[in-house]
Amino acid sequence: MSDKLTLPKPQGPVDGAAEPLLSVEGLTKHFPIYGGFPIKRKVGAVQAVDGVDLTVGVGESVGLVGESGCGKSTTGRLITRLLEPTAGRITYSGQDISHASRRQLAPVRSEIQMIFQDPYSSLNPRQTVGTIIKSPMEVNGIKPKGGIEKRVHELLELVGLNPEHYNRFPHEFSGGQRQRIGVARALSLNPKLIVADEPVSALDVSIQAQVVNLLQKVQEEMGIAFLFIAHDLAIVRHFSQRLAVMYLGKVVEVGDRDSIYNRPRHPYTHALLSAVPEVTLDDETEDRERIRLAGDVPSPIHPPSGCRFRTRCWKAQDKCATEEPPLIQISGNRDNHLTACHFPEDPTTEARAEDVVLDPALAALEKEAE
Amino acid sequence: MTTLTKTEGERAPSGSEAFLSVRDLRVRFSTEDGIVKAVDGLSFDVERGKTLGIVGESGSGKSVTNLTVLGLHNPQTSTVEGEIVLDGKELVTATEKEMEKLRGNKVAMIFQDPLTALSPYYTVGRQIAEPFMKHTGASKKEAKARAIEMLDKVGIPQPAMRFNDYPHQFSGGMRQRAMIAMALICDPDLLIADEPTTALDVTVQAQILDLLKDLQQEFGSAIIFITHDLGVISKMADDLLVMYSGRAVERGTVREVLRAPQHPYTWGLLSSMPRLGGDTAQALTPIPGTPPSLLNPPTGCPFHPRCGFTSEVGGTRCTDERPQLPDGRGAACHLDGEQKQTLFIEQIKPRLG
Ligand SMILES: Nc1ncnc2c1ncn2[C@@H]1O[C@H](COP(=O)(O)OP(=O)(O)OP(=O)(O)O)[C@@H](O)[C@H]1O
Ligand SMILES: Nc1ncnc2c1ncn2[C@@H]1O[C@H](COP(=O)(O)OP(=O)(O)O)[C@@H](O)[C@H]1O
Ligand code: SF4
Ligand code: SF4
Ligand SMILES: [Mg+2]
Ligand SMILES: [Mg+2]
Repeated sequence: MSDKLTLPKPQGPVDGAAEPLLSVEGLTKHFPIYGGFPIKRKVGAVQAVDGVDLTVGVGESVGLVGESGCGKSTTGRLITRLLEPTAGRITYSGQDISHASRRQLAPVRSEIQMIFQDPYSSLNPRQTVGTIIKSPMEVNGIKPKGGIEKRVHELLELVGLNPEHYNRFPHEFSGGQRQRIGVARALSLNPKLIVADEPVSALDVSIQAQVVNLLQKVQEEMGIAFLFIAHDLAIVRHFSQRLAVMYLGKVVEVGDRDSIYNRPRHPYTHALLSAVPEVTLDDETEDRERIRLAGDVPSPIHPPSGCRFRTRCWKAQDKCATEEPPLIQISGNRDNHLTACHFPEDPTTEARAEDVVLDPALAALEKEAE
Repeated sequence: MTTLTKTEGERAPSGSEAFLSVRDLRVRFSTEDGIVKAVDGLSFDVERGKTLGIVGESGSGKSVTNLTVLGLHNPQTSTVEGEIVLDGKELVTATEKEMEKLRGNKVAMIFQDPLTALSPYYTVGRQIAEPFMKHTGASKKEAKARAIEMLDKVGIPQPAMRFNDYPHQFSGGMRQRAMIAMALICDPDLLIADEPTTALDVTVQAQILDLLKDLQQEFGSAIIFITHDLGVISKMADDLLVMYSGRAVERGTVREVLRAPQHPYTWGLLSSMPRLGGDTAQALTPIPGTPPSLLNPPTGCPFHPRCGFTSEVGGTRCTDERPQLPDGRGAACHLDGEQKQTLFIEQIKPRLG
């Protein structure tokens, strides 16, 4: 595979028509680590998010995937401005909100809402469902037509809860129902963008689809854009038109659904897809490639130099340690499919002549068995 | 090895000899709110060298079943009825001393969260070596050598050095590897793995699952593999038991259950789950309603409040009569064999894309 580069193209929604609603450039968050005694001083930093570029178009759903600790939630919390970025720029509807003050943020804040992973801790246990859903409207001084109570009833119905549940408390609901309450609360301010951080991960398998379908209805019928954060690649594929793959604080590949799932170029995307355990329903033998990495993700306190994936990459060469690969449209990629890799893989997920097995224990056992 | 004496009708699904045989197991807990029927009439067999997968949503009784096999329930708050026969020995009536001799030796366990199973106060190496000394009478030196060998086998780099590390010095994936080393060190005949990869990242999960499979080839242990993830099960298990509300609702080989499922709950699980190769234009079909309460389980078929096929059965059988799970391949559902087949082919399969 050649590593010839073509000029970077701007990222954007697949159809290219919609203007970006949100655009993030070089977004960075370093959490300082303090040590020392008796005087505490900064001894290092967790590079949780390190130069992330991302766009979300109007009404578009963009998925953000990657393994635990790679910075997905931090990215979501920066975008919703629950965290202050260390560097980089967040532009919402043409307006730079990276360091906007509370007051400056107020009009935008209602348009960007967040849904959290844990439907248990994200709802105030002492408030009734009605109060939980209406308080964002009260705080923001929003007076819906027909009054707040009527709007709450509409929202409850919309998310599939019985309006009679108005006076109940969160603990009286199941996980899936609580997540619906969270969705109703997020919708109460007519948002244009919802950052959903692992909205179904904590739910039972049999309940996940209920919530996924609800979010999909919200996205399609109300035209709300989503940044959908999840580690389940099948659910993200189902929900998102476009996708960004993160590894150790960086976006390593971004593209439309088909490019990422069927024509991936970054070795990490290949490894990630190949690790998904799939139910095979027909008699066809498995024809997907098999890649087994070694070890775990390195610590974001001391990320590897150059390409952060190089310590687990089978294609790594000297250049990978010294030069960080830029996120660009490498040769062979379709428009808007960007990959950060010096020596990318072929755009296919089909089985290889030989599996890639880097795990030393696995390799040893498999050699023995031969 | 001893041969099992077995009565008619107590045969493993595929007809060969079971190494672990559980019959009509009932586990109840008395709680402030009432009696929780966590396991309610469960029967299954595990064959030597084979993997039995158990799937079901949380609270369906998977963990309770297996903790019961290990004799780990508090007799003060729980009652256990039924029969658990391991290699010819009855375990429900066994004394705590006998059970202790079994645990970690003949039967070992891998938990979801290695931190609850590993003590923070002792080195990883010591915790792996100790059961080996206890069960085999090996010397400290022998046990250490064996532990280092096991750490190496499960892929801990520089095992001799890492032997002296404490659990918190290991990453999540390494801790799970250490647990596997600890479980396998006495060469157990039966390994119970309760959601062993649920807390791990997907690339690490793939490594650990393959490792377990390869080690099983070498050690020849039988495995009970518990998970809520049908994808994981399809990679790991030979036979499969689907649990719902403390009962087994479907049983068969993994192939049979995943390719021609017979129970409406299994259909629901399959059609509510997106797949990497699935059609994204096809909406998911969720299972309606919520998981059942075990304090007040539904009458008749426990799945009836969420089932879309009760009218196919007709009358009030679904609400009144508890369907039995046949021996071998089958589902606990009142639909007849032909209905199960045609409904799946006509209504469910097309949705699975
Ligand atoms: N407040 C904080 N102080 C220090 N480090 C933090 C803080 N919040 C997050 N981190 C670290 O930043 C990194 C990224 O965390 P983040 O929560 O964004 O990961 P994630 O991708 O959402 O992971 P998961 O899939 O587990 O939710 C991790 O190493 C985490 O430990
Ligand atoms: N010690 C206990 N006391 C009371 N109830 C329990 C106890 N352990 C488990 N249960 C209940 O038994 C049911 C089955 O639990 P479990 O086997 O852990 O489910 P899972 O299938 O998720 O592993 C649940 O309703 C659980 O709350
Ligand atoms: S840049 Fe090098 S180390 Fe990084 S993914 Fe590409 S080949 Fe692997
Ligand atoms: S017995 Fe009736 S309620 Fe139960 S699964 Fe079968 S059809 Fe559904
Ligand atoms: Mg997170
Ligand atoms: Mg459990």
